[in-house]
Amino acid sequence: MAPLVFLLGLLIGGAVYAGDASSVRVPQPVVESARGGQCVEDPAFMRRNHMKLLKHQRDDTLRGGVRTGKYSLKECIDCHASKTTDSVAATETNFCQSCHNYAAVKIDCFECHTNKPQVKP
Amino acid sequence: MTPDPTSQANETGEAKSGRRGFMAFAAAGIAGILIAPGVRLIEIAQAAPALGTASPGASSIVRWGMLIDSTKCASGCTDCVTACNTENGLSGGTKTTDSQWIRKIEIKEVRTGKTQSLPMMCQHCAEPPCVDVCPTGASFKRADGIVLVDKHTCIGCRYCMMACPYKARSFVHSPQTNQKPDVPRGMGTVEACTMCVHKVDKGEMPACVTACAKAGHEAILFGDLNNPESEISKRIASYPSRQIRENLNLDTGVRYLGI
Repeated sequence: MAPLVFLLGLLIGGAVYAGDASSVRVPQPVVESARGGQCVEDPAFMRRNHMKLLKHQRDDTLRGGVRTGKYSLKECIDCHASKTTDSVAATETNFCQSCHNYAAVKIDCFECHTNKPQVKP
Repeated sequence: MTPDPTSQANETGEAKSGRRGFMAFAAAGIAGILIAPGVRLIEIAQAAPALGTASPGASSIVRWGMLIDSTKCASGCTDCVTACNTENGLSGGTKTTDSQWIRKIEIKEVRTGKTQSLPMMCQHCAEPPCVDVCPTGASFKRADGIVLVDKHTCIGCRYCMMACPYKARSFVHSPQTNQKPDVPRGMGTVEACTMCVHKVDKGEMPACVTACAKAGHEAILFGDLNNPESEISKRIASYPSRQIRENLNLDTGVRYLGI
């Protein structure tokens, strides 16, 4: 019985903590602000679905030659590159890297794709 | 197996009419969805993009190709190679482990001693052996005839390199940094001439074609092999052009004059 009560306590505690962002015990990822204004979608949606959007469009672009899509990795980089390192994945605080480190998910994109914007700001 | 007669008899009239409705809809789909009188979706999708305009996507109406006039190609000139390296972010090295998307080669007629110079690269075959052998489907031909490697699915087995009769493909042996935004390149994948697909999609010419023209040789002509009105088709129709290794029946997209 005691372990069950403990578990219940944890669950409730977790819910309370998730509700209040200012009092989180776990460290949050450092998200650098982007250069541009509005993202192509709502940030909450992008956090969950950016990989699906990119994966879908990469096939359209590479295999279909459609280069007018809304979700291009190149444009992510153009907007989200760090003002200091001019990259999205050069250091641990850069946009892509910080969150991926936090979630412990390896980014494969930048094995081939450049992590620097096309147009130098 | 014969159909069960009882189940057919039990079928209600409602289900039958529903199926009939579906069949009519499917027939309309096969005939091509009519948007306006005489305009069908399929025609809009297949409209051929003209040179100089950004394309809405690769279309099988066009087939991009090159005609290389080896009589105009100057021995010792490597402007096309340099332009390719710059455009695609290649090192420019010529070691066996360096990527070379385009090479200049010198050929010599043994009896007469006549030498000729010409660029060699991916020939963008209509029947590409590299695509046939690829175990993952990474090596593929676009609708407009450009043969590419999908590096998302390439496992670096290099079968395509062995299958290619032109030695056109290279394997990336070392980790890459500072790639061009339009030209992703990564260790463990195979790569080759893309006919500067990122430029072609924007309606521009491949880098080697521009560089050759800039050097004053104009030995490389780029255009649509499917369009009989294009400059490349007219020249192929009026001069004897050759495909390298014609005997393999690969129907190459890169043709040569004067060899």
